[in-house]
Amino acid sequence: MIDFITALTPAALIHHAPALVVTVPLILSAFTAIMPSSRAAWGLCLSAALFVGWMVILLFGQLATQDVIVYAMGGWDAPMGITYRVDALNLQILALVASIGLLCVIYGYATVKDEIAKDKRPLFYSAFLICFAGLLGVTITGDAFNVFVFVEISSLATYALIAMGAERDRRALTASYNYLVLGTIGATFFVIGVGFLYMATGTLNMADMAGILAETGHTRVTQAAFAFIVVGLGLKAAMFPLHVWLPNAYATSPSFVTAFLASTATKVAFYALIRFLYAVYTPDTGFVMLSFTWVFAVVGVVGMILASVQALFQSDPRRLLAYSSVAQVGYMMLGLGLGNALGLAAALMHLVNHAIMKGALFMALGAFGLKFGISKISDLNGLGRTMPASAAAFTVAGISLIGIPLTIGFTSKWYLIIAVLERGWWWAVAAVIMSSLLALAYITRMLAAIWMENPPEHHGETVPKTRAPAMVLVPMGLLAFANVYFFFNADFIVGMAQRAASAVMGGQ
Amino acid sequence: MKKHLILRVVSKLLIPLIILYGLYVQFHGDFGAGGGFQAGVIIAVSVILYALIFGMDAAQEAVPPWLIKIGTASGVIVFAGVGFITMLMGGNFLDYDVLHPDLAHRAGQHMGILWVEIGVLLTVTSVMIAVFYAFAGRVPDMSDEEW
Repeated sequence: MIDFITALTPAALIHHAPALVVTVPLILSAFTAIMPSSRAAWGLCLSAALFVGWMVILLFGQLATQDVIVYAMGGWDAPMGITYRVDALNLQILALVASIGLLCVIYGYATVKDEIAKDKRPLFYSAFLICFAGLLGVTITGDAFNVFVFVEISSLATYALIAMGAERDRRALTASYNYLVLGTIGATFFVIGVGFLYMATGTLNMADMAGILAETGHTRVTQAAFAFIVVGLGLKAAMFPLHVWLPNAYATSPSFVTAFLASTATKVAFYALIRFLYAVYTPDTGFVMLSFTWVFAVVGVVGMILASVQALFQSDPRRLLAYSSVAQVGYMMLGLGLGNALGLAAALMHLVNHAIMKGALFMALGAFGLKFGISKISDLNGLGRTMPASAAAFTVAGISLIGIPLTIGFTSKWYLIIAVLERGWWWAVAAVIMSSLLALAYITRMLAAIWMENPPEHHGETVPKTRAPAMVLVPMGLLAFANVYFFFNADFIVGMAQRAASAVMGGQ
Repeated sequence: MKKHLILRVVSKLLIPLIILYGLYVQFHGDFGAGGGFQAGVIIAVSVILYALIFGMDAAQEAVPPWLIKIGTASGVIVFAGVGFITMLMGGNFLDYDVLHPDLAHRAGQHMGILWVEIGVLLTVTSVMIAVFYAFAGRVPDMSDEEW
């Protein structure tokens, strides 16, 4: 399949694939903004997403024969110029963002029509493409300052996208504003950290930085840079306790945006964190290891339990899932905090799996929202009978979120527990199980409403059975199916995560 | 609009000069301080000054919002377009050297940066004016008497 597509593609396109992944959505976003009709804008959006998917497949083909692909922007090689660098670690994030982006664009057609005013739709799609390009840029670039630029590009578009929820819920404006303030603080912290690193090493290229740091050793400056980068990117990744912006933003933004952001934005920020912690700094450095154990693992464990408890007490299903996202970041933090290849692989696996399940869950909530207003858990009552297909997708993804066998949620928790046990951290295993039980409780609350309660009534009559449009059902169904499919064919995600982990760990 | 005669006359005199100064900053950017960002802000100031003195309606007649929208997008298209042209000419993205065969004088670099800066100018000017229009054109939700 990959070979076939590669064989059909001109050689020049293969060579330029790393640049085109980012630049094509970026330039198409400008065209999208001036499109006269929302349908044309959506068409451009879809073609951009399809093109990115094609390029990522080409990158897969290229990476099968080499360890790393380097593309020098403007012909300026590293360390002078900006290079785009693809290895096993960021290729899987690229694949994740590209596929979720494509599914979300297909899903978005009906929901955007429902939620966004007609004259704003082209600009909305344009902002989405900018966000998409920004996230891909953060993932693919090998330049520390370029990471900051793309973080800002994607974040600024995100603030606009979240604020677009204001047509349905005015609280989207304050949610977006809160995120703007906190996101800017996060980005500023990150750029201060990069500035310190630049001061200490004299280079902005991440691979070069790692080489110089290994040679010169660490000083107060690089330690301060480490702290700034962890806090800055941690804010973006919604690591507990830096997650306060997230629940409101997810609960009020348009459902297309929630589904997309929940499965990509925080994941990309977490990837950037992994890149800095493992590929610029090395886990065997004393203070890095100390922060892994005492910051990432401990805070991750506290986060996964506290955020799950908070999720348990939410009445709005979207806020509930948002708090659950914060708890899931806790699992990734724990995996990362183990500081070995096994733990990192588990964290990456959970990152991908969580994107798949949360994408499906938020898409299903959006599908319900097309027909009924969903702002309380009781609004879900009886939807199992009213909208069975969407309810089934929600159920499968929900089961996966708990981590019950036969779903990918089980796979990544299994690998995480094995990795934790290898370090002998029994308390962390207990916390993972505890948090999974809490997830069982809050998912059951929603599933019980969906399947056990009576369907909604309208003027004394039961609302007739209805169905979301096919373009909503297909991407949602695919993501829900992926939750089961990748349990039985775990090699793809597991193998990708293990290759990624060994690629960064081996690069020390 | 009979009031503020001096302001109107002076601003009419100044606006072309502001635009001219903006263009000076723009093209000076190839060799020293200056460039598309600064020039874009300066040129946008001329429109903002016009709107302050003659009113929003006159300004939006001179520089209509749809033009601003196209300007915002076209700047990005020019910038990224240069990148795609360099790709088509056989270089990497934004590799200006392929734009012109005269490598000794780096003519390609000059051409590339000139076009990229024009893209920046277009977008920055348009965005500055768009921000001003968005704030100045805002109709309050309730009139002052209702407070």
